[in-house]
Amino acid sequence: MSKKSKTSKPVERGREPKTGSQILVDALIAEGAQVIFGIPGGALIDVFDALYDAPLRFILTRHEQGAAHAADGYARATGRVGVCMATSGPGATNLVTGIATANFDSVPIVAITGQVPTNLIGNDAFQEADITGICRPITKHSFLVKDVKELARVIKEAFYIASTGRPGPVLVDLPRDVSRAVCEGNPSSEISLRGYKPVYEGNIKQIRLAAKVINDASRPVIYAGGGVIISGASEQLRALAKKAHIPATTTLMALGAFPEDHPLSLGMLGMHGTAYANHAVMESDLIIAIGARFDDRITGKVDAFAPHAKILHIDIDPASISKNIRVDVPVVGDAKNILENLIPLVEPAEHKEWLKTIAKWKKDRPLTYSDTGLKPQYIVEQICEATKGEAIIATEVGQNQMWAAQFFTFTRPRSIITSGGLGTMGYGFPACIGAQVGCPDKIVFDIAGDGSIQMNIQELATAVNNQLPVNVAILNNGYLGMVRQWQELFFKKRYSHTTLTGSPDFSKVAQAYGAEGRLIEKKEDVRPALEEAVASPRTFVLDFHIDPEENVFPMVPAGEALDKMIDGLA
Amino acid sequence: MAKTVDAKHIISITVENKPGVLARISGLFSSRGFNIDSLAVGETEEPTLSRMTIVVKGDEATLEQIRKQLGKIIDVVKVQDFSGLDFVERDLALLKVNAPAAKRGEILQIVEVFRGKIVDVGQRHLMIELSGPEAKIEAMIALMQPYGIKEVARTGRIAMVRGVK
Repeated sequence: MSKKSKTSKPVERGREPKTGSQILVDALIAEGAQVIFGIPGGALIDVFDALYDAPLRFILTRHEQGAAHAADGYARATGRVGVCMATSGPGATNLVTGIATANFDSVPIVAITGQVPTNLIGNDAFQEADITGICRPITKHSFLVKDVKELARVIKEAFYIASTGRPGPVLVDLPRDVSRAVCEGNPSSEISLRGYKPVYEGNIKQIRLAAKVINDASRPVIYAGGGVIISGASEQLRALAKKAHIPATTTLMALGAFPEDHPLSLGMLGMHGTAYANHAVMESDLIIAIGARFDDRITGKVDAFAPHAKILHIDIDPASISKNIRVDVPVVGDAKNILENLIPLVEPAEHKEWLKTIAKWKKDRPLTYSDTGLKPQYIVEQICEATKGEAIIATEVGQNQMWAAQFFTFTRPRSIITSGGLGTMGYGFPACIGAQVGCPDKIVFDIAGDGSIQMNIQELATAVNNQLPVNVAILNNGYLGMVRQWQELFFKKRYSHTTLTGSPDFSKVAQAYGAEGRLIEKKEDVRPALEEAVASPRTFVLDFHIDPEENVFPMVPAGEALDKMIDGLA
Repeated sequence: MAKTVDAKHIISITVENKPGVLARISGLFSSRGFNIDSLAVGETEEPTLSRMTIVVKGDEATLEQIRKQLGKIIDVVKVQDFSGLDFVERDLALLKVNAPAAKRGEILQIVEVFRGKIVDVGQRHLMIELSGPEAKIEAMIALMQPYGIKEVARTGRIAMVRGVK
């Protein structure tokens, strides 16, 4: 040892050997991390000691699932990498739903888990779980760090992998002896990933081909997905639509990527999309898919999807091309980059006939609801008005999510925070906490249901403790509403286990946690309650008792073609 | 999707020689519903890299997905589909066959024709080592059937493209 240190360079001041825990903290700071969401535990206790006086904000959640969702919400709202931390065993397995949620929606998070000491791995030690094994199919990549010399490099690689290419969650599993070990020498922290080379530049031949099919099309439709938001390509998307008068529909993940108050906007497509977006897709002769993956909630019956259309697909993930739908013109690369190169090759066009047809659909089949009693759609519209459309909207999953998607007018990217792919109930509330931490100047709402809010309601303590002015609007119908809706429509109203009896008074639950809580039962009380919540610097829970059997329409029944929509009012 | 016939494909994957890589590859196949016919893993000329040779069955669209999904695994350095290439492929098999003295001569002759090797001799059995394309091994197994095969162990296929790039 002593011989070695004599031959190496003299130790610089401040370069005393560091422990794994200190290396971790320094590496997180070096990667620009500002906030960590998590819960401590035995296997991570050394790391938490290093965090005690580190210049990093730590948000202590009340459940590890909340930490993972909060890191995810933080990442979606800010575009930065979210960080969450949990101890070994149950702490780590509690992250799993959050990691899977982030994976499905391509959200960059780095999850750090404690692990039992390396000599005990595989011995069924106390609080041991093979978390890298459990998370293998739901992470972009994972690391089990067995040598403290690797740690600095692993953290750097984790952030790099999480945030580049098609982003996603990266797990770093850290055994306790590694976090305690003193790192001798000065091991390299340079990234070494010869198998990972994300493609950003689109092939110019393919881009020329893309321009040609756009110029040849007479009924083109832009179908924008979450990749547009991740890539930061909203401006380019608008420019493309404007230049050739191409109507644009977005997926749930891409709400706000194209302003919904723009005349060329078709709103959302798919199972609960607008009638005019779905008709436009079905009648189109060219689908311009950008950063979208032809999910089954979008395509409906695959064989009947866009029967007259050529498919142009721009995506950074080559595996998304021709996975569900055969693509005629693929362009692999970063959406923003490709659009910047594509737009100059696109000829200005009017598409007057096509836009006239669409205008007629818009007029004949608008998004609507019958405004009697206390309707959830009305509440969402009022949230939009009360926040001037500038709020960040997190949602849970189910009816609340679809009403939020349909009736809030999204005009800017990163303004909807929702679990699109995995469809995780209990996501919205912790995610809105993460979003508020990342965007302290924004008004943040979680649009929830009475079912989903109870899946992570314990995070009220996190919100109150951190004085976060988040607002929760519970669209309380006493049901697991979306399942009940399916039971009503397709199972002869046999409401099998979808009735939520025994729920507490949520306004009182909020108050017990030290938050503000209001119960709203009348339409005229909606706006004043919203105004009060928006103005309040406190965590605010609004429990709206809505029409219990209100449904989400239009609806394309699962497995049907996109134009086989059910309308509620017909 | 254009329907094409399911055919056997040999995919050669160069991967980082790290713990857990085999699980990442095999896990991908099971979670995405792809079928592996055979799999062989070994080090390459470069000790930090391993080569996995996987034989899969599927139509062209499935194969394309397999190639792309494999390419997304961070530890995968290169994916090569041997379809349409001129390559050499080999399986290796060990067969333990009943071989009473009266039949021994016949068996040895067959083994010689197949350019196999006798690697273990007992009072009542022989162990045969045979390498070659799958068809050759299948033929040998069929020929040994009448004598009574006590055990068979077979490797997955390995393959290499001919010539120098």
